[in-house]
Amino acid sequence: MIISVASGKGGTGKTLVATSLALSLKERDNVQLLDCDVEEPNDHVFMKPTITHSEAVSIPVPSVDEEKCTHCGKCGEVCAYNAIAVTRQKVLVFPDLCHGCGACSYLCPERAISEAANEIGVIETGNADGVEFIHGKLDIGQAMAPPIIRQVKEHASHEGTVIIDVSPGTSCPVVEAVKDSDFCLLVTEPTPFGLNDLVLAVETVKELHIPCGIVLNRVGVGDRKVEEYCQKENIPILLTIPLDTEIAGFYSRGVPLVEGLPQWKSSFLELFDKIGEIVNERSSDTER
Amino acid sequence: MKEVVILSGKGGTGKTSIVGSFAALAQSKVLADCDVDAADLHLLLSPSIKEENEFWSGQVAFIDEEKCTQCGLCQDVCRFDAIDDFRVNPISCEGCGFCSHICPVEAITMKESLSGHWFISDTKYGHLVHARLGIAQENSGKLVALVRQHAKQIAERDGLGYIISDGPPGIGCPVISSLSGANLALLVTEPTLSGIHDLERVLGVCHHFGIIALICINKYDLNEDNTRQIEYYCRNQGVGIAAKIPFDNAVTEAIVQGLPVVEYSQGKVTHEIESLWQRITRTLGR
Repeated sequence: MIISVASGKGGTGKTLVATSLALSLKERDNVQLLDCDVEEPNDHVFMKPTITHSEAVSIPVPSVDEEKCTHCGKCGEVCAYNAIAVTRQKVLVFPDLCHGCGACSYLCPERAISEAANEIGVIETGNADGVEFIHGKLDIGQAMAPPIIRQVKEHASHEGTVIIDVSPGTSCPVVEAVKDSDFCLLVTEPTPFGLNDLVLAVETVKELHIPCGIVLNRVGVGDRKVEEYCQKENIPILLTIPLDTEIAGFYSRGVPLVEGLPQWKSSFLELFDKIGEIVNERSSDTER
Repeated sequence: MKEVVILSGKGGTGKTSIVGSFAALAQSKVLADCDVDAADLHLLLSPSIKEENEFWSGQVAFIDEEKCTQCGLCQDVCRFDAIDDFRVNPISCEGCGFCSHICPVEAITMKESLSGHWFISDTKYGHLVHARLGIAQENSGKLVALVRQHAKQIAERDGLGYIISDGPPGIGCPVISSLSGANLALLVTEPTLSGIHDLERVLGVCHHFGIIALICINKYDLNEDNTRQIEYYCRNQGVGIAAKIPFDNAVTEAIVQGLPVVEYSQGKVTHEIESLWQRITRTLGR
């Protein structure tokens, strides 16, 4: 089963939930934790994994053989991203704009374009205390997170439980990380900002046809509007975590909640069981 | 005219509360919400929308079933796995158009997609340019560029002194789009190990693009050891700490009331944000 942990608003506790869920489950099941927040990955801060393997992520960008090129301009015409431009004397390539679709090299009538790897990030795999750990890191100054997220997800196991930590927001990196999940946990806080961004996140997972449930964090601040919204929309609140200086203290020091306060382990296991029930019900509904 | 963008790397460190307060404190400015996929600034500024525009961007492939011979070439060449069973999955399609160029029977056309909306609004603090990216849409970087471009036009038209932008979290495409060419980046962090890690990466992006950065440590008293670590790190990097804001529930209470915190509370947080804005104007003035 693949469970993604997303939020809309940043800083609501995705990393706290993803790491504690992984650590609680590991005694029961094979668990993989995939940190797909490749712009700002933080799971390693809490999991302190031993990294055993590292691989570069690159995009195939065009490399033009000026000897063969006749400056016909076809490559520039077909590129949807303005990543290649043809002047009378020269072909200019802008690797940072290239999505690596391969159209220019395939369509070049002179076969003058080959592809060279442009590195945009790295993927590291390892083990953290019995949890298989994989994260991706976008290189500083690079813009495109989705190719790295795709490559992190290629490591997802088909057995056991896969937990995916997602970046905040609702745009392409979130979609890339969340799609193909069996369930999406949305972590939010009871404030107008938390609600506004939760609504957007719920719409996004609906668009992807993935069932979702809520973890409400820092309960005690703010108002009751998130709960009212969930009730109205029939979205289950599966776990609530109070606003608590002790919890915040462990978080600030990079200690997973279930290690700092082991009594939380049973709450995360219950959360997992509730998710399992929802996913099973749904799959038996589809079979019928 | 000077442009300051507020970033953080990590989400939820307090960017929007600080920008909302700057809106109330700064004279002669236009506000831009560059967090186009989870915009929140409007919740503090109660804007009335004066102008609403569609954001058409990016293309999606469309296969005409009548013409399609199911040869499968499009599926073979697509590197985004966006075509399955001779149908395009619009969520996976990156709009490269490769398939439309190679289809032997010209069954594939590229269609523009409505990717969001952007707005020019009035608030009691001045104009606000903001946007809403469509659900599960791409091209947030382009929409950010559009928001900034219109904020700049307003600033030029009205002879305003500042553009104040609320930036998105992360370090990727929309962040780069918010940052490039700005006069100053204010990086809001918090004293957690995640906050520090993310600060280092977003500061790296500022250096990469040659943008001057100032740091604000929000909720600094939640972990003073970590705060000292941030101060030590910034000293080594030669980056100034412009403010240390204490934790105060008034910040959340102000959000619930839909007000900038400086208009809600007269406590220490307000005092710190006031001197932070003064520090920024001094830095920009130099």
